[in-house]
Amino acid sequence: MKGKKIYVHPEAAALQPLTFDAGICDGCNRCVEVCQVDILVPDPKKGNPPVVVYPGECWYGGCCVAICPKPGAIKLNTPLMNRVHWKKKD
Amino acid sequence: MKEKDNPCHCLEWPYPLLDDQVQKISTDVLILGGGIAGCWAAIAAAQKGVRVALVEKGAIIRSGAGGSGCDHWESAATNPCSRITPEELTQAMIQAHHRYNNGISHYIECREGYDRLLDLEKFGGKIRDTEDKFQGAEFRDEKTKFLFAYDYENKFTLRVWGTTFKPALARECRRLGVDVFDRTMATSLLTEGNQQGARVVGATGINGRTGEFITFMAKATVLCMSRPTRIWLFSPGLPGISEFRPPQCTGDGHAMGWKAGVEFAMMEKSVKGEWSGDRSFPPYGVGNTHNTWYACNMVDADGREIPWVDRDRRVLTDISQRHRPAPGQKLFLKGGGEPDVPSYEFQGPDILPTEELLAEGFKLPFYADLAGMPEQERKAIWGLMVGEEGKTKIPILKAYTEVGFDPEKHLIQSYGEGWQSGGFLPQERQLFGLPGGMVNDWNLQTNLEGLYAAGDQLFAANCHGHAAATGHYAGRHAANYARVAALSTIDNKQVEKERIRVYAPLKKDGGIGWQELNMRITRLMQHYCGEIKSEELLTTGLDLLKDIQKLEVPQLAARNPHELVRTLEVLNVLTNAEIVLNACLARKASSKPLHFRRSDYPEMDPPEWNKLVTIKLENNEVAIGKKPLDYYVSLEENYESHNVDYLEEHKS
Ligand SMILES: Cc1cc2nc3c(=O)[nH]c(=O)nc-3n(C[C@H](O)[C@H](O)[C@H](O)COP(=O)(O)OP(=O)(O)OC[C@H]3O[C@@H](n4cnc5c(N)ncnc54)[C@H](O)[C@@H]3O)c2cc1C
Repeated sequence: MKGKKIYVHPEAAALQPLTFDAGICDGCNRCVEVCQVDILVPDPKKGNPPVVVYPGECWYGGCCVAICPKPGAIKLNTPLMNRVHWKKKD
Repeated sequence: MKEKDNPCHCLEWPYPLLDDQVQKISTDVLILGGGIAGCWAAIAAAQKGVRVALVEKGAIIRSGAGGSGCDHWESAATNPCSRITPEELTQAMIQAHHRYNNGISHYIECREGYDRLLDLEKFGGKIRDTEDKFQGAEFRDEKTKFLFAYDYENKFTLRVWGTTFKPALARECRRLGVDVFDRTMATSLLTEGNQQGARVVGATGINGRTGEFITFMAKATVLCMSRPTRIWLFSPGLPGISEFRPPQCTGDGHAMGWKAGVEFAMMEKSVKGEWSGDRSFPPYGVGNTHNTWYACNMVDADGREIPWVDRDRRVLTDISQRHRPAPGQKLFLKGGGEPDVPSYEFQGPDILPTEELLAEGFKLPFYADLAGMPEQERKAIWGLMVGEEGKTKIPILKAYTEVGFDPEKHLIQSYGEGWQSGGFLPQERQLFGLPGGMVNDWNLQTNLEGLYAAGDQLFAANCHGHAAATGHYAGRHAANYARVAALSTIDNKQVEKERIRVYAPLKKDGGIGWQELNMRITRLMQHYCGEIKSEELLTTGLDLLKDIQKLEVPQLAARNPHELVRTLEVLNVLTNAEIVLNACLARKASSKPLHFRRSDYPEMDPPEWNKLVTIKLENNEVAIGKKPLDYYVSLEENYESHNVDYLEEHKS
């Protein structure tokens, strides 16, 4: 591959496991480093939130959120079909 | 970046590409897989003073099934409050699975699991209610501040703060000078003279970011890569939650072990699916009566309380009774043993099966009623167990709280029988509970010299404490071996052949993607190795797998190192499917505890088949063997004769 340019091809996502608040995230990339599936890559622009390049591969373990030093910078979204029903106890 | 340089609007690969390089590492003990078992193996080996290299596909700080948490530590039979001996508990576990269990590894779990908990505390893990949040609770021991789960009488399972465990283990590995290779996928085992079945002398790996190829030369190797997944279940849109385990845990250790000549047992066992993201609600995120949610109050659609009963259907009137053995019962086991084949002797309290409740006029849907529970029991479930359990702190506790779930006010729905939260077809199978794996001796060595295995890599293995105890045990036995064994040479031809195999998909411009191949395999396995099996189905399945090897595998394409790792994983899924089919062919009898039904041999568990059927490759041909179910023979005696040094060190 030497000399050949290669790319990441962000998937057309069936789900959006993670969303970033660019106003809070300072691009420290701790979430990139903790993810055991390696679904994120650092944004080429320093200071920007990382890019979720393989959203479909997310395990929804939440370690990225747990390690984030800036509350609210990253959010784990429950897949819509997995939302559980609860109701008020009368 | 200019438009013409990047016609697909893609990101340029952010890591340096080193796929033209080979890094060579030499070590004493090589550990493949840095989850729970792997980190413990590394720690134990390093404590023995040998050089240790730890290879992990993700990053050891949080990787593996137990990386994000663990709410209960099972089988800590030697804790000071336990009313049960390691022998009694191991025998119970063996009997509850109708003798299809790993006596050696579970005895190690029962005997040493508590030692590992105490170690964890030293490393910074939290195992006691030090803030006295549960002071006075029935499940708390006031002296040790331990919190117990399930059987409050026998007290062998502890409620723990498992979210603290993995970072503590990772820290300890680094403190001890373990050479950690994060983001590195082990791809194959190297054997002496490139011979199948010979001593293992190292392994190969590839970095999933840089594409760099690494050869590891080692005196001893420990396999800790968990168990196969995605053989029957795969969702191309949601590959990350196609199964219960993390998606990069594809059973690579099984596949590379098989090719090297490792012996396996119980690989014919598979159960009807229990968890997968596209079928089930989030694990531990629905109300039920099991595991993390044990022993929750349940109500029906009208708010009518659903009674808990003991194994004799005696109605239990208070919560305390849900945590006690039945009259005349010594102990009960969580879940009662083998799913669908319950063992009366160890069956614990539960609610009745749904069908029976409907017949009694209870109405669906059912709900968990945390609000109706005493405060300490409620908080032990919601806040402690849901919170410390894997995959709950963020996806359940935080996420539900943020959208308004209040355990003191709300009823949360239950979505399936038992602890499941989804429905599966009989052919949608999984290696779940105590599935097959590598055969081990009393050193946790496999049949190959210099090759050890631990955690869910072993046959009939499961659980965090088991992985910790067997990891530590395998690590120290591997270190003992490495101290007397010489470093062997690795065969360059074997390395070169592997390098070519590994890089092949990267060299292709356009071809079949890994998702499509995985779908092909799961569809095939559902049809040829589903609920009902027969000689014709299984051999046709094997022939079709061979066709895939010949026709589709050469067409696989990957565009960067990440996709390459995903592709190599599916090649392991393919090999694992082959192991399963061969194991199914080798057992010519049906078996209830193995959930194994052959239409051509319908008799269930004929006595001559009550044994472990083993399989391995010899000169690339499948060799079938057998072992008595109790090949561990005497638990205590064997354990003590193999661990004189450990017993000496742990005298106090
Ligand atoms: C959500 C969840 C909750 C659980 N809760 C509990 C609990 O409360 N109590 C309990 O007792 N058990 C629990 N378990 C089970 C327990 O976590 C596992 O039994 C345990 O983690 C097994 O340990 P292991 O080391 O064998 O595998 P893992 O901990 O899964 O580690 C395997 C490691 O191998 C790595 N790996 C895989 N392939 C390769 C390769 N080719 N090269 C390099 N590295 C590789 C993986 O990345 C992973 O880090 C839970 C499991 C899950 C999924």
